[in-house]
Amino acid sequence: MIGFPILSLITFLPVLGMFLILFMKKEQPKSIKYLTLGITALQVVLAVILLANYNYASAGIYEEKSFKFIEKFRWINISGISWLGTVKVDYFLGIDGLSMPMVLLTALISFIAAISSWTIEKSVKGYFALFLLLDAGMMGVFVSLDFFLFYIFWELMLLPMYFLIGIWGGPRKEYAAIKFFIYTLFGSVFILLVMIGLYFSATELMADGSKVHTFSLLALMNPANYSADGILSALNPNNLRLIAYIALFAGFAIKIPMFPFHTWLPDAHVEAPTPISVILAGVLLKMGTYGILRVSYPIFPDITRELMWYIGLFGMINIVYGALVALAQKDFKKLIAYSSVSHMGYVLLGMASLTTVGINGAIFQMFNHGTITAMLFLIVGVVYDRAHTRGLNDFGGLASQMPVYTGFVTVAFFAAIGLPSMSGFVSEALVFIGAFGVSSIRVLTLISTLGILLGAGYMLWTLQRIFFGPLNEKWATLKDLDKREYAMFIPLTIIIIFLGVYPSGMLDIMNSSVNSLVNFVTSLAPIH
Amino acid sequence: MSESLLINICIVILFLPLLGFTTVVLLGKRIPKLYLFEVAILGIALLLSIIVAYVKLSFYNTKDIVAAFTWITMGNAPSPGAISIELGFKIDNITVLMLFVVNLISFLVHVFSIEYMRGDKLYTRYFAYLGIFTFSMLGIVLTHNLLMMYIFWELVGLSSYLLIGFWFEKKSASDAAKKAFIVNRIGDIGMFAGILILFTQYKTFTFDVIYQQIAAGNIPFGSNAWLTAAGILIFMGAVGKSAQFPLHVWLPDAMEGPTPVSALIHAATMVAAGVYLVVRIFVMLTADAMLVIAVIGAFTSLVAATIALTQNDIKKVLAYSTVSQLGYMVMSLGVGAYAFAFFHLITHAFFKACLFLGSGSVIHSMHHEQDIRNMGGLKKKMPVTYYTFLISTLAISGVPLFSGFLSKDGILAGTLAFGKLTGHWLIPIIGFTVAGLTAFYMFRLVILTFHGEPKDHHKYDHAHESPFVMAAPLVVLAALSIFIWYTPNPIGASDGWVLKNWIKTPTQVVPLETRYDFMKPSTEEAKAEVHGEVIHSVEYTETMHWAHYPAMFLSLAVAGLGILIAFMFYQWKKLNADKLAEKLKPLYNFSLNKWFLDELYDMTAIAGTLSFSSILAWFDNKIVDGIVNGSATVTRFVSRMSGWFDTFIVDGFVNFTAFFSGFVGLSFRRLQTGKVQTYIVFVIFAIIILLMFFKPF
Repeated sequence: MIGFPILSLITFLPVLGMFLILFMKKEQPKSIKYLTLGITALQVVLAVILLANYNYASAGIYEEKSFKFIEKFRWINISGISWLGTVKVDYFLGIDGLSMPMVLLTALISFIAAISSWTIEKSVKGYFALFLLLDAGMMGVFVSLDFFLFYIFWELMLLPMYFLIGIWGGPRKEYAAIKFFIYTLFGSVFILLVMIGLYFSATELMADGSKVHTFSLLALMNPANYSADGILSALNPNNLRLIAYIALFAGFAIKIPMFPFHTWLPDAHVEAPTPISVILAGVLLKMGTYGILRVSYPIFPDITRELMWYIGLFGMINIVYGALVALAQKDFKKLIAYSSVSHMGYVLLGMASLTTVGINGAIFQMFNHGTITAMLFLIVGVVYDRAHTRGLNDFGGLASQMPVYTGFVTVAFFAAIGLPSMSGFVSEALVFIGAFGVSSIRVLTLISTLGILLGAGYMLWTLQRIFFGPLNEKWATLKDLDKREYAMFIPLTIIIIFLGVYPSGMLDIMNSSVNSLVNFVTSLAPIH
Repeated sequence: MSESLLINICIVILFLPLLGFTTVVLLGKRIPKLYLFEVAILGIALLLSIIVAYVKLSFYNTKDIVAAFTWITMGNAPSPGAISIELGFKIDNITVLMLFVVNLISFLVHVFSIEYMRGDKLYTRYFAYLGIFTFSMLGIVLTHNLLMMYIFWELVGLSSYLLIGFWFEKKSASDAAKKAFIVNRIGDIGMFAGILILFTQYKTFTFDVIYQQIAAGNIPFGSNAWLTAAGILIFMGAVGKSAQFPLHVWLPDAMEGPTPVSALIHAATMVAAGVYLVVRIFVMLTADAMLVIAVIGAFTSLVAATIALTQNDIKKVLAYSTVSQLGYMVMSLGVGAYAFAFFHLITHAFFKACLFLGSGSVIHSMHHEQDIRNMGGLKKKMPVTYYTFLISTLAISGVPLFSGFLSKDGILAGTLAFGKLTGHWLIPIIGFTVAGLTAFYMFRLVILTFHGEPKDHHKYDHAHESPFVMAAPLVVLAALSIFIWYTPNPIGASDGWVLKNWIKTPTQVVPLETRYDFMKPSTEEAKAEVHGEVIHSVEYTETMHWAHYPAMFLSLAVAGLGILIAFMFYQWKKLNADKLAEKLKPLYNFSLNKWFLDELYDMTAIAGTLSFSSILAWFDNKIVDGIVNGSATVTRFVSRMSGWFDTFIVDGFVNFTAFFSGFVGLSFRRLQTGKVQTYIVFVIFAIIILLMFFKPF
């Protein structure tokens, strides 16, 4: 168990990089950029090492011994202060099939975003320092197994994000940054409250036989750890579990973002610089759904079962509503932002099915949406860098001017539409298969299939408006992709097509954990 | 040849065009000659498919060869049970026939395109797209399960999108491409829902396993209605791809693509995929589902035929005739004439590809003139094109000695028998009407294009016969439109090897009570033998026999009548088409404007969706986000109020206290004069007051 602390390394490597950058001279922007690129590349290597040493049978979820790469020690330990008893927080990291795909995604997207950040020229030092801090925060969320630690990383990433939008953003950057910050913080308050409620409701049996309140997610999943009078204990007839669940869910839902909490997203995306949009859509949104699966589902299985129809309902609303609103957009980036709302709806719908197929589909969709939407935002960035406009009606005929770019755009757009042979199809199909199999959300699933149609509608319309038709003379000087841009698009394209043809490459990683989660959440008798 | 070798050859055939596509897409810019590689690859695929067809039909005639592998497995899933998704191939007679048809037409179109597309800006790219189309189409043909069918179904949609919009600089082309994809998606949603129903029940996508389950009495959600629904929903996919009413509107627009593409995709192969799908799911169709299919097919064939009467664009006429003929095939499946439907698919593929390539040859030599009112007299200039076009027209019109007669006659006999057995007489009536209309508009097309005097002399003078690579495919396809390839008896299709040995109507698997009466097997020993398989009642066989000659004579009569009227109008000018059009103005306009369906869809579905989406966008911006910003405003107001309260009330009190003490201090300062006399006076006063207060004395 106490092996090489590879998870700490992958999480804090960017922090190390941040400090290095702080000591570098700001007259050397090139070396700062290369350092960042190196750090993120190293992170990708570490993620691949993790994958290579990962045991596909590791179920994880509620069982500590079946997590991989565990690091656990007492981090905060204040013994015996008055009525609080011993306060302890563990530094507890580990990986299972839920987090493995997310770690891979975070490493990959950070790397791509680092390449994309090459065009940043304003206060390079500050930008890349914050960038790396953000990277660390994201990675930390996905590897933490202690609620307290999870929450720290969750909040940690807010700060750099705020500055990255607020300083390097577009014309309305202050508005967007503040909106993002306040909105997410607002959600975090709920998470914090529930976290504290859970802390006081449950205890963990220590080696010395004493019972100590705990933040350990795994301990909180075990119904036997709850005291009869805890406010969030199922044993307490007057418990507040339903309210706590909704509060926690709302906290996570803001991040997804779930209707009606989604309006910060278009603003944040439109104002954020391209690499930050890539990270925002590629990784940050997944934290919401990841949090629900990691925290809400196994800690509140009873309420989850009760509310699954509503989760499915919101999934359906996200899918159809997001797609319809996307159809009406006139700004390229806003359109992609709303398409994210729609695509994250599939994740919710799959989660609502509470079946292995549906949740596998949901997590796979999280990964695929990460890669596909990252590519879409990069695409917007390419054209915005050159033309300094994003109006869908300002273009026309770019296909003849920028053929290679158009080729990548076609791949990304059809991936977003869910064309078979690309990864998005498999995950959406699994979501539909899983959700349709559950009779209570069958009708919701059928309505959600409209998303497939509307998605084709707005994507192809965009393709036509920007790339087809006669070339708008204004853009006759635009250059096709350069080598750096190839370096961003080619890996993503390969991954999208590879996982479309061979989805088992990703599904096998998560399958046993998802099985375990579904088992845990759906079985009425405690499994521990 | 062993079975596994056969399968392996099929897999090679499938992936060859994909190899062509990737090679040409990645390297085509540097090596423009690579298009020849793509053509050569199709040649190899064609040769291999001929070998496969020969081996399969002669040595494994009654045996299906299946190979599958597991694509996704969740073998230990607790809920809703273990899942394993298989992909795989199934080689039966229908598959190998389709393999041959697709590869042959694709190869001929490749060859034809070498000359037709020469000089195009994206010449090499064009061949790459043909490659990915062929790959996708072959996938549909070879699959043994619904999921893979859907996967390749969508890929075909993609390649169709790319090829329709090939000349993307034209707005009409990119519009048409978008329309085709989206309209097809509507059908695909239905198809996907149907697949979901089946998967939920059977946990598999494999056709044969599903059919075994249904035959064993395992019905989706325990209800025949769901079985019917699954059938109709999957059929919706065919409604989209095979351009059936009400989703047929994309196909005529798809003519914006290069003409060889129209021949390959939008006439011969891809649009036939819908029919192929129905062929594949035929055994799980209940009587209700079949009736829906028959009605939609019949109505489609009628609508399209009435529109084709008045079109003036050579490709539009052919496009609507394609829609109409696809309607025929679908109708034929709906009335249970399975074998004739598939037979018509094959014969139609050849003669329609020939017609489209012929029109391409005309358009090419007329410098992209497509309006038949500006043509005429081309017979002399383009004899090869003319005679091949004529042969195909005779075939589609249902004239004996040609392939179309064989298959069409069978379909009409099937509808007639169906009418007699079920009382749905409207379907045969529509069937025969459409046969007459078809003969009429096809000969109208031939006469206006090739006969008579040239109308545009400038273009006519420049017209010339097409070069060898364009003429040769026409000859091959025209030759395949003659009866001898299918049967030795020019009026008896059933005597031929195609129907007698190769295509056999499979046994229905749906519960007896959901079948047509005539599709229930008879209980007695006198089970009817139709093409060697026990499927239909004695009654049906007898009715088919009864229908054979009446149907043949009737179809000959209507076809002859149609051809005669066409000659009266356009060749001999005994009747005046313009005057008739003037007289029937509303009807004429209705037909010319395609029943105003595009306008109807624009005004309802499209405008409705777009305005609804605008309303939602407004709602999102003003209401949902308004609440967010509003609560921010409220918070700011409250904070400003508390700020005011803090400044003026809370802090005001503090300041007031300070002020008060200051004031008091100030007032008392006056007392501190610094003069001893004053202090003494104060002290004396104080003492006096104290003495008065305590009264010590």
